[in-house]
Order: sequence, then C-alpha cells, then structure tokens
Amino acid sequence: MAKVFIYPGTSLILSDLVSRFGHRPLGSALSVREKVQTAGLDSPPLQITSEDPKKGLRFAAVEVPSGVRGRMSLFGPQIEEADAGIIIQDADLAFGCMGCARTNELVRFLLHRRGIPILELTYPHSDEEGVRFVAAIREFLSSLAGGASA
Amino acid sequence: MTGKAGAGGGPARPGVQPGTATKYVFVDSPELTAADLALRGYELAPGVQIKETCFGLMITGPEAEIERLVEELRLLDPDRIFVKDRGFPPGDERRCRANLGGARPGFYGHEHEMRLVRYISSGLRALRDPKKADLLRAKPKHHDEPLSVERLNTIIQES
Repeated sequence: MAKVFIYPGTSLILSDLVSRFGHRPLGSALSVREKVQTAGLDSPPLQITSEDPKKGLRFAAVEVPSGVRGRMSLFGPQIEEADAGIIIQDADLAFGCMGCARTNELVRFLLHRRGIPILELTYPHSDEEGVRFVAAIREFLSSLAGGASA
Repeated sequence: MTGKAGAGGGPARPGVQPGTATKYVFVDSPELTAADLALRGYELAPGVQIKETCFGLMITGPEAEIERLVEELRLLDPDRIFVKDRGFPPGDERRCRANLGGARPGFYGHEHEMRLVRYISSGLRALRDPKKADLLRAKPKHHDEPLSVERLNTIIQES
C-alpha cells in the first residue's frame, strides 16, 4: 500500500478512488484529524499554535505569510511522506474558503520537486472523460507497490 | 487536562479520541437513499456513531470498525457510493454549521464534486465492461496543452 498525496487535499473523488484501488490517500482530513485529536491547552479549539508556522519554515521562506507557513505545517510533512501524488489541475474549489492559492502553488511545486510519480488530470465533464479519468488513475495506482485492482 | 477531556479543553466527544476516525459516505444512486445506508450501517456496526445527512452518512468510531463498515456499505452500490476521511467528528462545534452559521467550509467542494461523480460512476462501471476496453486504454485529454512546434510546422506547411 503506497501513500498517495492528493491535490486538492479535500477531494472526495480522489480520496475515494485512491482508497478503492488499495492505497492510502494523504489529504487535509488526516492532518486536521491529528490536530483535533491531540489534546492540548496551548491554543484551543483548533490547536494551531505559534509553533506551526515555524514548522512551515521548512517548506516556505520566512517572508511568506504565516497563513501559508501554517498550512504548509499540515501539508509539508505529508508531501515528504508521500510515495506518489495525484493532481487535479482545474480544481478551482481549492481556492477561496477552502484554501490559499499561494499554498496550492507551493504544494504542487514541492510535489514535482520531490521526483515521485505524479499523475496530473482534469475533472471529467462527460461519461467518456469519466471513463478515461478512472482508467488513468487505476493504471497509475496499479503501477505503485501494493496496488490492487478494483 | 484529564484523559476524559476532549481536545481543546471541552467535554469528551466521540471522535476526538486518538484511534477513532470519521468518514463521509456519499451516495448518488437512484436505488439507494441515505436512510437505507444508515439502517444498514446500524445493522452492521451498532457501536459506531452514524449521522444521516442529505448526501449520505457521517460515521465515527474506532478506525478498524469504520474501515470494515465502509467495505460493507460499499457493497450496496459499489459504483455510486463514495467515501472520504473527515478531520472533525460530526456535530463538532468547531466546524458544525449549527453553531457557526452559513455553509460549512468544505460544502462548496463537495457540491462541486457531487455534480461530477456520475461520470466517475460511469468510469467505474466501464472497468468491468469489455466493450469499453479501447476507451480505457485512451489517455485523458489535456485541453490546455500548448501547441507543439512540430505540430505548428505541420499546420504551416499544409496551409
């Protein structure tokens, strides 16, 4: 079972397909869950402390806004941990109340820089595109160690 | 902080203890409703907290139990049930819109993707359909791929 970083990290479609084909999706929910389940008194209720932007310094320079560094403290370790990545290029939903455009650019850059296998796709908008989309993901995931057929 | 207190100093809530997991179960099927899923869920795993929603379920419980429940629920309609992790447990006042007002952050993402899951369902069905073998081998098109120099030369020479 490989660890596959998904972008956008909140994607239902990617999360489902990666786990369906026998791998572990690394997305926002897992890092948020870790925060939620870690008891602490520093900064309730979300447990985001001033330490988190410091952790983000490993991935973004000090002049980068603290919001980006804070987000990178969640995504950065997952990118380092990932064995592969799947990126949806036209994921407009990853910007706005869902996330930060500069963080998204940095996440995609760091994924490419790691040199792990990356699959880049766009959302399907017809049945035919859906078939190609699922087939491409299945083929990509089956090429990773421990992949299973649907 | 005592062991019984949840993260953030509040009272203990299901889903915030380490080792527990919360998952969304989305259903987009004409033959299956969220209520059907919830009933089946209670039959399969009485110890798991199940919240029925308009789109499906939110299930919270020990991680191994949740994985088992998800596998069983998927069998009801494998191509039209979609599952993803959630960070917060259901009803958590840090995220629940009952406390915050307005749409929950994340709603718009789900709304966007739920319009597209019908195509994913088609793709999953096609994996078992020998007539779609050619389509399965085809690579996804990239609409915004730049025109290659070779292709541009060919167009110029042909015109």
